[in-house]
Amino acid sequence: MTYIPISPNERDAMLKTVGVKSLDDLFDAIPQKHRFPELDLPPALTEMEAASLLSEMANTNENVREHMISFLGAGAYNHYVPSVVDHMLRRGEFYTAYTPYQPEISQGTLQAIFEYQSLMTNLTGMDVSNASHYDGATAAAEAVGLAYAQFRGKRKKVVLSPAVHPQYREVIRTYTQGMGVEEVGDDVSIDPEAGPEAMMSLVDENTMLVVVQYPDFFGRIHDYTKLIEDAHAKGSLVCIVANPTAMLMLKTPASMGADIVVGEAQPFGIPLWYGGPYLGFFTTKKSYVHKMAGRLIGETVDNRGQRSYVLTLTAREQHIKRERATSNICSNQGLLALAAAVYMSTLGKTGLSQVANLCYQKAHYAASQLSQIDGFGLCFSEPFFHEFVLCCPKPASEVNEYLLEHGIFGGYDLGKDYPSLENHILMAFTEMNSKQEIDTLVEVLKEME
Amino acid sequence: MATIMEPTIFELSSPGRLGVTMPASDVPETALPPKNLLRSELPLPELAEVDVVRHYTKLSKFNYSVDDGFYPLGSCTMKYNPKINEDTCRLPGFLYTHPLQPIETVQGNLVLMYELQEWLKEISGFAGMTLQPAAGAHGEFTGVLMMAAYHKSRGDSKRTKMLIPDAAHGTNPASAGMLGFSVVTIPSDARGNVDLKALEAACDDTVVGMMLTNPNTLGMFDEHIEEVIALVHKCGGLMYGDGANLNALLGIVRPGDLGFDVMHINLHKTFSVPHGGGGPGSGPVGVSERLLDFLPSPLVGIIEEGDDETAPLYGFVTPKKSIGRMKAFHGHFGGGLVRAYTYISMHGPDGLKDISQYAVLNANYLQAKLRGTYTIPYDRICMHEFVAEGQFAGSDVRALDIAKRLMDYNFHPPTNYFPLIVHEALMIEPTETENKDTLDRFAEALIKIAEEAKSQPELLHDAPHITPFGRMDEVKAARELVLCCWLPENYESLK
Repeated sequence: MTYIPISPNERDAMLKTVGVKSLDDLFDAIPQKHRFPELDLPPALTEMEAASLLSEMANTNENVREHMISFLGAGAYNHYVPSVVDHMLRRGEFYTAYTPYQPEISQGTLQAIFEYQSLMTNLTGMDVSNASHYDGATAAAEAVGLAYAQFRGKRKKVVLSPAVHPQYREVIRTYTQGMGVEEVGDDVSIDPEAGPEAMMSLVDENTMLVVVQYPDFFGRIHDYTKLIEDAHAKGSLVCIVANPTAMLMLKTPASMGADIVVGEAQPFGIPLWYGGPYLGFFTTKKSYVHKMAGRLIGETVDNRGQRSYVLTLTAREQHIKRERATSNICSNQGLLALAAAVYMSTLGKTGLSQVANLCYQKAHYAASQLSQIDGFGLCFSEPFFHEFVLCCPKPASEVNEYLLEHGIFGGYDLGKDYPSLENHILMAFTEMNSKQEIDTLVEVLKEME
Repeated sequence: MATIMEPTIFELSSPGRLGVTMPASDVPETALPPKNLLRSELPLPELAEVDVVRHYTKLSKFNYSVDDGFYPLGSCTMKYNPKINEDTCRLPGFLYTHPLQPIETVQGNLVLMYELQEWLKEISGFAGMTLQPAAGAHGEFTGVLMMAAYHKSRGDSKRTKMLIPDAAHGTNPASAGMLGFSVVTIPSDARGNVDLKALEAACDDTVVGMMLTNPNTLGMFDEHIEEVIALVHKCGGLMYGDGANLNALLGIVRPGDLGFDVMHINLHKTFSVPHGGGGPGSGPVGVSERLLDFLPSPLVGIIEEGDDETAPLYGFVTPKKSIGRMKAFHGHFGGGLVRAYTYISMHGPDGLKDISQYAVLNANYLQAKLRGTYTIPYDRICMHEFVAEGQFAGSDVRALDIAKRLMDYNFHPPTNYFPLIVHEALMIEPTETENKDTLDRFAEALIKIAEEAKSQPELLHDAPHITPFGRMDEVKAARELVLCCWLPENYESLK
């Protein structure tokens, strides 16, 4: 298959204009001994063959819609995506456009992202949202970058709650390797079951940022108001990593006083897609906007007096500031920010509230049923939203293996990240889980030996 | 001109309107959490589905895209995005697999990732490949982290300087800056190559390495590439390749063979992943033998070898001295990796070479057509792109004016004011997916604009004229910082 729209005659005419005899003659600048390597790759397929090959590969997987009952969450959630979302994403005008550097012919992308920014600020209660980051984990790492810039590198400590997603904490550590920053609070000797106030003893005058999750990685809903007040008293900023679906129901991180609210917006219209691409959202207070990484869309007018939108505060970014930029990021998740905007608009206030309520109801029904099984129980007593930790009578890995034999993905085995929690499974419930699925889970677990 | 602007989704909202609704709950009801944990209001829009569809359809029409026409944005590789990619990446087996499923249940995904790793290694000549980075800049950051980790592992702590040519993309110095390295700028010579004397003078035992785009942003393949790499290696530095311009090199030369140690590959440029209005991209990184142990974790590997009867078992492996995890989960699987896999599988070795040969032919053809009307400051056979000067003696018309005027001819402008070493730069990358007629029409438009620059310069200063929107007031945007909107009923109280 080729996508080159040039006939042999046209090619020859073009070569003549250029003044060379053959295509190969265009490459004299390449060292001869390395020129034109033979690539050991499979022969080209036609579109029909490629379509069939890819179908075959996809069909090898067991997926959570057609084959399996799934209670996996832990940072990626199986939600219903209204049909209209993908119809909008499939418009070539959106997906085959570049970054909107030429605003006169990019108002579609620009206004859509401005609306995404607005939807996220209204959801979190924060003042500003950027145009998005790669995912929730990298958005959390960029929050550390903001805090580092805010204190001009003079404060070196980040206090990480052990109840922040383990992969997010790993990414924060990767990102800060060159900054001379110290991450504390989440080593294995710390009790992951301790509440948020336990972290305060680590916050001092050298702390630039405290990072907590809402609901936390174990699904627990904490009100962080007191923690934030105490951290502010020490001069530290606080970042809340928040689940967007939970925020549809729960009090906003802004109302608790958070300085930065980030998270993974995959639940808003983006398929599971085996982990990506997803959508990291980043919101903060207006006073920190100049320290924020990433693209930002602002309102303005054109020379005909029409309200319109442009990329703004670009002086923060790499193509202007080079090595002094706030981050090296030069893309956002543009198309997926559009997906989130269409998702939120189509469901609207009513549909979104219904989604949040269904998640809550299903999880609580499941919790009530599961905790009645001998040997099983809820590990924590705090309120939860759509995810909770189930304590099992034997290692989570064995329970999951047993459930897998019955066509069920049980949940995330917490023993992988927390050695003291090897009998603990993190389970997530969404509107996609029917009562029948939950009842099946309960029945199967009752039979476990 | 009549105003055509579209209200925001918040302004279109009307209380009580319903879009998509959810089924009733099928489980016994549980009381909500205590009120002090609940939000007091949810200030989000209320619309019907048709309102939403018309709104975003209208917005889409304000965009110019590759599906609309020629998009010769230099260093961005705005090639045609095959439609079949859009179908394969949405196969249910890919869409509905959770990243934490047991590996036995996602062998299709893992085989795809493993083969793509192997293919990209073969195409680029590297010993190892990670698919985790989310975009080009993310791949650069990954690469620079590995360079730092390599020196650190050898106890070589005095290396703090990153050498970067003056023609480099802004992400290169920004990536080096994220590790706290100081940037030493290396000038280009009169033929657009790295100035070897300046490079030699900068090479010492404090050099982390060099970040080089080759072909560079002038579209020039460095004529002394082997000497450049030898100089950097001689002083103990590592060679980073910015793969933004890989579309010129498929089946032409493998950067790994030339001696590069690490390079990111933009799947959204070279391998037809659509740009999506600014993302998501995908930026796998290849490394030479000596950086293998530092690759981010996890990589896809074979966990159990297969035999005649059973397929191997694919899973995740962690390199010995890994720099760690670059993002949550496994990279831009659905949107990036599946599309790139589809594209490479449909090209094979010869098809890939055709891509680069025709990309280079198209650039040289346009360069030949424009030579004589526009100054080409580095005038030799170019690779997949070239840079012209958007200025004329005795005229106050600038590259920006030419770029904006091109919109009136229904073309997307080239990249302008980059690279920084060319005055009033217009950086033109046609890609291989444009036909001769389009290139001819584009050249004619640029030649006509050059005439207009002399006869009616105001036509250019005020351009564009026929687009839905005119030039924007960027100063107002930055000064007033209106970064979001609200529901009409909340407007005054929140603003």
